[in-house]
Amino acid sequence: MTEHSDQFLLKIRGLKTYFYTEDGVVKAVDGVDFNVNRGEILGLVGESGCGKSVTALSIMQLIRKPGKIVEGKISFGSVNLRELPLEDIQEIRGNRISMIFQQPQTSLNPVITVGDQLAEVFEIHADLNNEEMREKSVELLRTVGIADPEQKALAYPHEMSGGQAQRVMIAMGLAMRPELLIADEPTTALDVTIQAQILDLMRDLRNELGTAVILITHDLGVIAEMADWVAVMYAGQIVEQAGVVPLFDKPLHPYTRGLINSIPVLGETKHRLADIDGVVPNLVDLPKGCNFAPRCKARKKYGLSICEEINPDLKEIMPNHSVRCWLYQDAEDHKAPLKP
Amino acid sequence: MGQYIVRRLLQAIPMLLLVSILLFALVNVAPGGPLSQFSRSRRMTAERAESLKRQFGLDKPLTVQYIVWLAGNDWMAIDTDGNGITDSYGTRKGVLRGDFGFSYQNREPVLPQIMDRLPNTVYLMGLTLIVVAIIAIPIGIISAVKQYSAFDITVTTLSFMGQAIPEFWLGLILILIFYVGLDNPVTGKSLLPGGGMYTIGAEFSLIDRIRHLILPVSMGVVGWVAWWSRFLRSSMLEVINQDYIRTARAKGQNERKVLYRHALKNALIPLVTMIMIDFPYVFTGAIVVEQLFSWPGMGRMYYDAATSRDYPMLMGVLILGSMVIILSNLMADIIYAYLDPRVRYD
Amino acid sequence: MPRKADVKNKTMKSPETMSSLVWRRFRRHPGAMAGAIILAILILSVLLAGLSPFDPEISDIKNRFQPPSGNHLFGTDGLGRDVLVRILYGGRVSLSVGFLVVGISLAIGVPIGSAAGYFGGWVDNVLSKVIDATMSLPALMFMILLSAILREIDAPFLKSNSTLTISLVLGVLSWPTAARLVRAIFFTFREMEYVTAAKALGASNLRIIISEILPNGLGPIIVESTLGIGYAIMEESTLSFLGFGIMPPTPSWGNMLDKAQEHLSQYPWLAIFPGLMIFLAIISINFIGDGMRDALDPYKILAQIDE
Ligand SMILES: Nc1ncnc2c1ncn2[C@@H]1O[C@H](COP(=O)(O)OP(=O)(O)OP(=O)(O)O)[C@@H](O)[C@H]1O
Ligand code: SF4
Ligand SMILES: [Mg+2]
Repeated sequence: MTEHSDQFLLKIRGLKTYFYTEDGVVKAVDGVDFNVNRGEILGLVGESGCGKSVTALSIMQLIRKPGKIVEGKISFGSVNLRELPLEDIQEIRGNRISMIFQQPQTSLNPVITVGDQLAEVFEIHADLNNEEMREKSVELLRTVGIADPEQKALAYPHEMSGGQAQRVMIAMGLAMRPELLIADEPTTALDVTIQAQILDLMRDLRNELGTAVILITHDLGVIAEMADWVAVMYAGQIVEQAGVVPLFDKPLHPYTRGLINSIPVLGETKHRLADIDGVVPNLVDLPKGCNFAPRCKARKKYGLSICEEINPDLKEIMPNHSVRCWLYQDAEDHKAPLKP
Repeated sequence: MGQYIVRRLLQAIPMLLLVSILLFALVNVAPGGPLSQFSRSRRMTAERAESLKRQFGLDKPLTVQYIVWLAGNDWMAIDTDGNGITDSYGTRKGVLRGDFGFSYQNREPVLPQIMDRLPNTVYLMGLTLIVVAIIAIPIGIISAVKQYSAFDITVTTLSFMGQAIPEFWLGLILILIFYVGLDNPVTGKSLLPGGGMYTIGAEFSLIDRIRHLILPVSMGVVGWVAWWSRFLRSSMLEVINQDYIRTARAKGQNERKVLYRHALKNALIPLVTMIMIDFPYVFTGAIVVEQLFSWPGMGRMYYDAATSRDYPMLMGVLILGSMVIILSNLMADIIYAYLDPRVRYD
Repeated sequence: MPRKADVKNKTMKSPETMSSLVWRRFRRHPGAMAGAIILAILILSVLLAGLSPFDPEISDIKNRFQPPSGNHLFGTDGLGRDVLVRILYGGRVSLSVGFLVVGISLAIGVPIGSAAGYFGGWVDNVLSKVIDATMSLPALMFMILLSAILREIDAPFLKSNSTLTISLVLGVLSWPTAARLVRAIFFTFREMEYVTAAKALGASNLRIIISEILPNGLGPIIVESTLGIGYAIMEESTLSFLGFGIMPPTPSWGNMLDKAQEHLSQYPWLAIFPGLMIFLAIISINFIGDGMRDALDPYKILAQIDE
């Protein structure tokens, strides 16, 4: 197993989160392992629908019916979050771990002012009087770069732009100076300049407060810029993880390579993953072997037959660099070309 | 906000006029017409009929008649004897000044009669709606929060049944069981009265009043509880699955406050609006229950008026009913705008 | 979530997938299936009512108020007529009214709603006022008035409170629901790219309305119409119960209950069976409507086809 330090803040092992829908069991997260160090930014990348948000919600213990965490361990410090009673989880949420969501505007309650929604965090976790809560909320809004925070605190979410709403969400997430911040595509809904500002803001806050961040995105550019450590997700599983430099320098998994090859070159926008044919498989009935096999060109090139039979394990094949692919593993019926 | 209300009120006026024109036209194509009642009288002569016709303005075209109906004719000179010289003024004040004419049945003015019966109807239907709200709101919330639980499935099934039971049939069955069927073991009389507001001739007693309310209120309650609880359940379900509810949980808020502070506030907006829109039922929906339980209210009066084709009375009730409906819709919009900050007033 | 513009393409491309999917979803709804079966049985027995030896309208004074027995399963009424046979013939009337009213609502509501939604502007303004005005009439009271007036008029086709007359009385008030729905559908779809494209290609307004936009609303229109049949049956029975609906001797479920209150203490069966039929018919229809709503949910279907 990949271990880039022994002082983990968060350690996830064998996490499986399934949705029991009318049309079958959706294996949204199907055996995920990763670690997050204190003060570190972990980038979690993957195509839409590969289970990034569900992983994040699982950490927060926010999976609701028809979903269920069926297996795995989520260690935060010394406790397994899965075993904690609800009151203790509520004590941690918004306080020691907080999360900001993909859609800032729908994530704010439309009938409550943003100031009140922000102050609610203090109401839950801090022992402050109303005046102090109000002051701290305004101060936080100022910190996250909202102009005229006194006035904006009285505004309703629909009166704010997407960027402003996301700043409010970030303010909410940082209110209690959490040890871990999970940011689920914090910039996807925003336009490019606002995107850069929000990312800068998050990096600054990490530097000042020492907050660890799980940054979820499908934008590798953002990862390259922000992350210390990267986990690549495909169809509910981590297929590769490494430090940001080795990952971009020497991507191992065919999927990661495809992703990196399809990073848009400046001035040109690509909406499809040009280098990877096909689509994410249906998570209800996944292929028997490697989840990526139907789309994998390397498999054909090297003529691996095992790929369609058995799903490889995630294996650390170099120090601090793990990959889930037969190309780098010994199997009984073939000798894989190690590190091609 | 004030401006918004004024503007909406002004918009309601053409709507009311439109409705009144429609009703007026309809009643005037009815055979017989306003004078048919007099023709039954033996003292009616042809000249007298002609003069009455002129006095009522019935010799004029329909448009003029409508204006007379609306604004009266006490300011109009009238030629009663048809000799070409106006000799008197009309006597009608018009609907705008509260003159809905005279009932064909008893020759009394319409409006005071309606106002006389109205309180009994409001008493019965108002209580019904209150009971409905008390039952439906908690049921709707609980079954949404516990979606697919045994409680929810039971409630959903019952509400399907409640919406399919014809109100009048339910009333019949209630009478059959509690009035005809079951007896009070002590007195040997019927367990509950089968009609009326109170025991005639007896002294006022709260118990007696309540006993008379139980069956008619129950009859009205079933369908409405079914409808409101289902409505609240679905608007609550919609809210519960919204992103901001998840945000509230992610902050560490406890379930009770997530429910009351974040979910309910949003889910009640459509319900309150809904209640406002259904409110005119207090005024217009009482025909069946009053008929079945001999309740001396407006609904029964309307029924009797329809049976004897008392058009002024029917018109009066219908116009007032439409007015209540239009105003309630307006109130619903205003309340909505007040409760939901996303609604702008322009 | 699929984009709305896809709706049309998808429905055009894969009609088989679509209908089989709808059917699969509908079948999974236990209430809807039960409702469909009960309604089918009801319709069948109503159609076969003529096989009974009893006549629904001719009285047989010797046999008044017979309690239910082997001969008269639901007993006989105050004129000695077999209640079961009257219920079956009454079912013909009540169900016909249900379907007729929905037909009338669609015939008035779809053109008005389409025009309002497609043209917008002053057309919409005027039509919306008419819709609102109609909706602000106290429904039951207005129907009573209308029925009282129509009863006096001896126009051809509208002979004193026939099935058709009563359907018209109900239809006059029920079309605004259809009109509003259709109007909303047009507001959603009229700006879609393929509509603009069709316009650019010179398609006539009528053509765009009928073949480009309306088909998108088929799902909701079908659901609303199904539920509308239930409302109409309920309203007809209420009106007939009050004596302003279908006139005796023609039986309808509502007017069979008209005299029931007088005889409640001695002949309770007269009150029970017709009401039970109304209840059964309406609950079946509501369940079918609910099942269709689930089955026809356009987004659900698209998500499925996308996979
Ligand atoms: N409530 C739910 N019910 C059923 N399936 C769900 C639910 N939530 C998520 N899923 C499924 O789980 C899978 C993973 O979803 P997830 O939201 O984690 O994707 P994601 O990687 O965050 O994608 P995106 O980049 O689009 O946000 C998807 O196939 C999705 O359909
Ligand atoms: S295991 Fe086989 S199919 Fe899967 S990514 Fe590696 S080479 Fe491709
Ligand atoms: Mg996501």
